[in-house]
Amino acid sequence: MNNQKADIHCDLMIIGTGMAGMAAALFAAGQDLDIVQAGRTGQLGFASGLIDVLGIYPVARSRIVKNPWPAIADLGRHEPAHPYAKMAISEIQTAVDTVLGFFEQAGYPYMYRKNQNMIMPTAAGTVKPTYAAAHTMAHGQAAMAHQQPCLLVDFKGLKGFGSRMIAANLARTWPGLRPVTIGFPEAGTELHPEPMARALETARMREKLAENIAPYLGDAACVALPAILGISRTQKVTKELSGLLGVPVFEISTMVPGVSGIRIMEIFQQHLPEMGINAFFQHNVRKACRKTGGGWVFEVGDRSHWRLVSARAALVCSGRFLGGGLHADRAGITETIFNLPVARVPERDSWHHRDLLHAGGHPVNRAGLAVDTSFRPVDDNNSPVWPDLFAAGTILAGQDWMREKCGSGLSIATAYAAVRAARRFLEKT
Amino acid sequence: MQTCVLIIGAGATGTALARDLSLRGIDCILVEKGDVNAGASGANHGLLHSGARYIVSDPAAAAECHAENRILKQIAPQCIEDTGGLFVAVQGDDEKYIADFPTACQKCGIPVQPLSPDQARDMEPALSEHVIAAFWVDDAAIDPFKLSLDNLSCAQAHGARLLCRHQVTSFEIRGGRIVCTHVRDLNTDKQFFIEAQVVVNAAGAWADIIARCAGAQMQMYYSKGSLMVTQNRIAKRVINRLRMPTDGDILVPGGTVSILGTTSERVASPDFIYPEIHEIDTILDQGSAMIPKLAQTHYIRAYCGVRPLPAGSEITNPARDPDDRAVSRGYELIDHQDQPEQMANFVSITGGKLTTCRLMAEKTADLVCEKLGIQAVCRTRTEPVPDAAEAKWTKPGLAPAAWVRENRCKEPLLCECEMVPESVVKQIADTFAANQQRPDLKAISLRSRIGKGPCQGTFCSMRIMAYLYDQGYINDRYGTDDLRAFLKERWRGRQPLAWNNGLARAELMEAMHCGLFCLEL
Repeated sequence: MNNQKADIHCDLMIIGTGMAGMAAALFAAGQDLDIVQAGRTGQLGFASGLIDVLGIYPVARSRIVKNPWPAIADLGRHEPAHPYAKMAISEIQTAVDTVLGFFEQAGYPYMYRKNQNMIMPTAAGTVKPTYAAAHTMAHGQAAMAHQQPCLLVDFKGLKGFGSRMIAANLARTWPGLRPVTIGFPEAGTELHPEPMARALETARMREKLAENIAPYLGDAACVALPAILGISRTQKVTKELSGLLGVPVFEISTMVPGVSGIRIMEIFQQHLPEMGINAFFQHNVRKACRKTGGGWVFEVGDRSHWRLVSARAALVCSGRFLGGGLHADRAGITETIFNLPVARVPERDSWHHRDLLHAGGHPVNRAGLAVDTSFRPVDDNNSPVWPDLFAAGTILAGQDWMREKCGSGLSIATAYAAVRAARRFLEKT
Repeated sequence: MQTCVLIIGAGATGTALARDLSLRGIDCILVEKGDVNAGASGANHGLLHSGARYIVSDPAAAAECHAENRILKQIAPQCIEDTGGLFVAVQGDDEKYIADFPTACQKCGIPVQPLSPDQARDMEPALSEHVIAAFWVDDAAIDPFKLSLDNLSCAQAHGARLLCRHQVTSFEIRGGRIVCTHVRDLNTDKQFFIEAQVVVNAAGAWADIIARCAGAQMQMYYSKGSLMVTQNRIAKRVINRLRMPTDGDILVPGGTVSILGTTSERVASPDFIYPEIHEIDTILDQGSAMIPKLAQTHYIRAYCGVRPLPAGSEITNPARDPDDRAVSRGYELIDHQDQPEQMANFVSITGGKLTTCRLMAEKTADLVCEKLGIQAVCRTRTEPVPDAAEAKWTKPGLAPAAWVRENRCKEPLLCECEMVPESVVKQIADTFAANQQRPDLKAISLRSRIGKGPCQGTFCSMRIMAYLYDQGYINDRYGTDDLRAFLKERWRGRQPLAWNNGLARAELMEAMHCGLFCLEL
C-alpha cells in the first residue's frame, strides 16, 4: 500500500470527526495547508449543548469548580500527565474562544462568562457545572439561580424527558419550577426531538405550540422545554416562541443523542468544506502505512469504496472505546490505527471500580496516548513514536473527562495545541 | 398480624411452599427482605436438570432431579422451554467418566441416548471439532422468575400474603416455641410483629442467620457461582461438559440469549458479592474448549449468586474438595424440635436446587402439617401452576410479539432493546401501587425484560423513571436515588465484562449518567 499511487495528497490528515477532530479541522483551515479529514460523525451526536472546560476538581472530592482557569492551573501543578498540563492557560482560552466564536458566526452562539462556570439544570433533575451553554439553554442558569417561577413543559410521547421528575428533584433549589405535560402539535404517538425541532422551524408550528402552552403559563416568568428549539434556525425559533409567549423560552439538555449534537454536527459539516477542508464524513480510516522517508498513506472509505490518501503528517483524534480509537480485549488495550503504545493501562481487574458512581472515577479512563508537549504520542521512554504523528482529544492519557466535566474543552484545547505543533513540523520540512 | 404459617424468604422454595400450603387450605404469610428471587433463586442458570450432571457425584440427588424434571414439565410448561440437553466430552476429558456415564444414568432411570460426535455437531453446530463423545438427555431451560412469580400468584389467589422489603429482626421465644416474630418494614422503617403457629426458615443463603436469630444452630457454607449472559443465543439445547462438575461447563439457553457458567468459590458472607474478573476468565477459557465461539462472542452481563450448602451434607473432606463441588446438592429439612435447641414450631429448609424446589416445598409442608395436626394432601404434584398475568412479561420475546400482535405499534417503547412499551411498565407498576408500594426500577426489571438488553439500562432507566414520575407513581427525590441504585446494580454485572464492545457500552453508560447527568455528584 505504501508504494501504491495515492488518490489524494495532503499536508495533514485529521483522523476523527468528533469534537477534537472538528475543532482541529477548524484550527487548521485557512492556514495554507492541504487538509483531509475523515471519520464517522456519530460521536458528535453525543454533544449535549454544553461546553465543559473544567467543572469538577479535585474529582475525588467532587468539588464544583467556580472559575475554571485557576483550577486548571492547579490541576496542571498536581497532575503533570494531564493533557491540560502540557499547554498554557492562555492557549486553552484562545482555543475555546475561537470555537465559540465560530459557533456564533454560524448562527448558534454559546453564552458564557469568561471567569465563571455556569450551573445548569439537567433532564435527570440534577445540576451540572459547565463553561458555556448554547444560547437556547443559557437562560436556565439565571432562572435557576434566581429561583424564577418557571413553567417546565414536557410532551406526551417524548421519552426520557419528564418535567415532573426534573421538578421533584430540583424542588429544594428551585421551588418555582412547575411541571406540565402537553401534546405536541400534529404529533403521532411517539415523539422524537429531531422532527420536533425541525417542525418548530416553521412559524405555523411555533404558533400552535404557543397556543398549547399558553393556558398553563400563569405566573411563569420563563418557560423551559426539552432541547427542541430548532436545528439550524435556533435563534429565530427561540426569539419568536419567546415573543409569542411573552416570556423567555429555554431548553434543558436531554438524553444524548439529541438535537444539540445534530446542530453542531451540521454546522461543522456545512462550514468546514467551505473553509477548504477536504472532508470525508461518515468514512472510516481503515489502515495506516508508513511511507519510506516519512509521512503516511491511509485507506479511507465507506463500506464499498476505498481510496488512498497520502499525508505528510497526521493528527489522530479517534476517540476512546466508544469512538473506536482504542480497543480493549482481555489481554489489554490497543490503539486501533497506528498500534501506538497505550499508557497508564492498569491491570484488567482494576480497570473499573465495582461502583459505577465511585467518587474517584475509574482507572481505565485515564489510560490512553501519552504525548509530549508537541502532542506527539510517546513511547515508554517518553520519546515521540513518529516525528509526524500528533494526537488530540479524549484518546489522550491522564484525564477523565467524564468525571472532570472537561470533555469539549479538552478536545478543543488539545486539538489547538496539536494543530499548532503539526503546522510547525510541516513548516520545517 | 396473625397467620398459621410464617415463611421467611421468597425464593424458589419459599414461593413454592406458599403455594403448597395455600392449596392445602393453610393460611400463610411470606416475609422477604428484598424482592422475589433476590438470592440464588434469581442468580442461577435457569436449568431444569435431567439429573445427569450429578449422576456420579450424587446419584440420589440425580434421581430426585429427574423425577421433578418430569413433574415441572407437566405442571408449569409456561415456565419451561423443553430444549433437551447434550453432554459432550472433548479431547483430554476423563475417558472412564465418559464410559461410565450412560450406565450410571440408566441405573437412576434417567433417559440417555448416545450420539456420534458428528450427530452432536449436526444438532449443535457451535460445538468444538474436538468433541469425542456426546449423549442426549432431557435437560430443559426454566425461567426461575416466572416460576416463582407464578407460584406466588397462585398462593396469593388462595389467600397467602407477601411482604417484600420486610426484614425479620428478632423472635420472641417462650416454652420452646416461637410465639412472635418481629419484622421491620424497610420501606417505612416501621416495626411490627407476626404471630404464627409454625415458622419456616426458607432464607436460602441467609438461613443460618435466621436460625441463629432464633437461637438455633446451623452450619452452612456459602459457595459463590458466577455466570455470564451472551448477547445472542449460541445453542438450541442445554450443553453440559461430560466430566465431573467443575467451572465453566454448562451453557443454558434463555430465550434470545445463552447463559454460561459457573464457578464455585467459598465466600465468607452471602452479601456484597460480585462476579470477579478471574472467574469470568475461567468460565470463558473452560467454556470455549467445548464451544469455541464463546471466546469471541459478545456478552451482555455477568451475575453471581451464593449457593447455600448445608455443612451436614458434606460428603468429602474439604481439603480434597476445595471448591465445594462434592458437597451434595441435595436439600436438608431441619425440624428444630429434634435439634439441641428443641424448638417445637420452627423448621428450616436449605440447600437443594431450583429443579427440586417443588419437592422441597412438599416435604416441608408435610412436616408443617404434621406439626399443625392437619391432614391435608399435597396437590402440587399434579395440579398445574396457573400462568399468571402479572408474571408474563419476564418471557423473552413476549413483549415485542404482543406489541406487534395487539397493534400497539403506536405506543412508545420505553425499553428499546427488549421492546417493552409503556403499558407493560404501567401494568407492573400498578401491582405495586395496589399494595401501597412504590415501584422501583429493580422490581420492574425483575418482572419484565427492562434493562436486560445490550444497553443494560443506559437509556431505558431514565425513560422509565421519567414515565413513573409522569404517571404519578413517584413525586419526590426518591426516583433519582432509585435511578442511581439501578444503574449501580447493572454496572455490577457489566464491569467484569468491560472489554471489546462491552467497554464501549460501559463508557456510554458512564458518559451519559456521569459525564452529562452528574449522578455521581
